[in-house]
Amino acid sequence: MTALSKSWERAVVPVLILAAWEIVSRSGLLPAALLPAPSVVLHSWADWVFGFDETAQANSGRWLADALSSAVRVAAGYGIAVATGVLLGIAIGWWSWVERAIEPTIQMLRPVPPVSWIPVAIIWFGIANKPAIFLVFLGAFFPILMNTIHGVKTADRNLIRAASMMGATEQQLLRHVVFPAALPSIFAGLRIGIGAAWMLTVTAEMVAVKSGLGYVLWDSYYFLRYDLVLAAMASIGLLGYVTDALIKLLMSAALHWQHASTLQSREG
Amino acid sequence: MASIELQNITKIYSDAKRKRDLLAIDDVSLTVERNEFLCMLGSSGCGKSTLLNMIAGFEKPTKGTVTVGGKPVDGPGADRGMVFQQANLMPWLPVWENIAFHLRLKGWRKADRRAAAQEFIDLVGLKGFENHYPAELSGGMSQRVGIARALLMNPQVILMDEPFAALDAQTKMDMQEELVAIWQKQRCTIVFVTHSVDEALVLGTQVAVLTSRPGRLRERIELDLPRPRDITSPRFNDHKRHILNLIREEGLQQRQVAAA
Ligand SMILES: Nc1ncnc2c1ncn2[C@@H]1O[C@H](COP(=O)(O)OP(=O)(O)OP(=O)(O)O)[C@@H](O)[C@H]1O
Ligand SMILES: [Mg+2]
Repeated sequence: MTALSKSWERAVVPVLILAAWEIVSRSGLLPAALLPAPSVVLHSWADWVFGFDETAQANSGRWLADALSSAVRVAAGYGIAVATGVLLGIAIGWWSWVERAIEPTIQMLRPVPPVSWIPVAIIWFGIANKPAIFLVFLGAFFPILMNTIHGVKTADRNLIRAASMMGATEQQLLRHVVFPAALPSIFAGLRIGIGAAWMLTVTAEMVAVKSGLGYVLWDSYYFLRYDLVLAAMASIGLLGYVTDALIKLLMSAALHWQHASTLQSREG
Repeated sequence: MASIELQNITKIYSDAKRKRDLLAIDDVSLTVERNEFLCMLGSSGCGKSTLLNMIAGFEKPTKGTVTVGGKPVDGPGADRGMVFQQANLMPWLPVWENIAFHLRLKGWRKADRRAAAQEFIDLVGLKGFENHYPAELSGGMSQRVGIARALLMNPQVILMDEPFAALDAQTKMDMQEELVAIWQKQRCTIVFVTHSVDEALVLGTQVAVLTSRPGRLRERIELDLPRPRDITSPRFNDHKRHILNLIREEGLQQRQVAAA
């Protein structure tokens, strides 16, 4: 199959949805303000990005700044979650005394929805970047941690035996055997984590921060600018998609050795 | 000096779940001299792997001592090479990196590791597959990588736990020939676990026959057969008949014990 016809396949469903939506909102079934047509949304979005005719009013031309402030929060919270989640996950998976000491606490904190931390986060960190970063961290940390633990625990014991037979110290085992063996599982956690990260940035921005895509979304809702609400939603979706694609790219580079033995290789 | 010495080894596995202890090895003493090729024969579950794992340092004997090269074994280490039944290669490393894994642990630079690996890649006939990943290898090729990986450490002692069990007859024969050639060239001590009488007779300078559970040393047989071994020769068959008789008696006794 040619590359062109493949990209066609990907485009069919979105194009159909957009066309149907455009027709419904132009038909006047609903007031135009409540369900703006895709063309209207696109127009406002474009002005939000490029600032040519003030359709987006105060937001006109400010998209990049908004997107960037959201992205920075995601990057900071997610970065901390990756570093701590992977390290702690390896420690919990490897040393049973660490597991006994920490696991019960973690299992009690894990079911608490990160969103319910918002009041505490605001009390601790005030209204600025910090509570948002904290929430992003909470959202991404647990999936990364749980998947890392799983990856370490399911590492093949025979590989560890083989490596220690070649003189590996404990630290070398962790670095040269356990970590690479856990990597597929860690990446699964990273991908779940990045979704949670965007979700919580937006949530935090709707409540505790006065900038970013989530803030614009909530603010536009107060002003009944549903076109901008939709443009903000689309922006978040787009950035989420791009970051996930980046992680996928990183993953296929790091796990290229898996290709010969997994279903992925079917696609060629 | 003896290369490997097992002194009155007893191994009891305590089974916490079933609240019962299992006597796996019962008072085995065995010395393996330098440059010997000892094949350990015994029925399934008689404790061959257990013995080998104690020499490797994965298991500790309940009673008795294991020494290798005069030093008591207190854990796995690079002075002994181990070839497993499943090759146990790191799936994320290409063939040459697997073979040179020991050097990676010693902190060698990539170019040096690559150069050092080549000799062993050639030795086991894997030229052209250096950059393949384990998932892209056949079973026999993976086993060769496992053997090359053990040889690269240039250990005095190589432990092999049914390394050819999963191979087809033809590949198995090729690998046996290669292994003997390597052993003659590298002058090391090999302990080779198998449950195939033929394999033991083709490879070993000595055969140790274990009894079935609990594992005891039933008999130790010197093989003074010329190499390459002729599996149709009368002397080969005399040995084979003798060993098969031992095993048959063993089976009879087992059944009598079970019936009593
Ligand atoms: N880790 C363990 N815990 C408890 N019992 C064990 C353990 N390892 C082995 N055993 C028991 O010890 C006995 C000997 O096992 P071992 O693996 O040494 O046999 P084997 O001779 O290598 O058999 P095979 O030819 O099938 O590989 C068996 O009865 C087995 O159930
Ligand atoms: Mg075994």
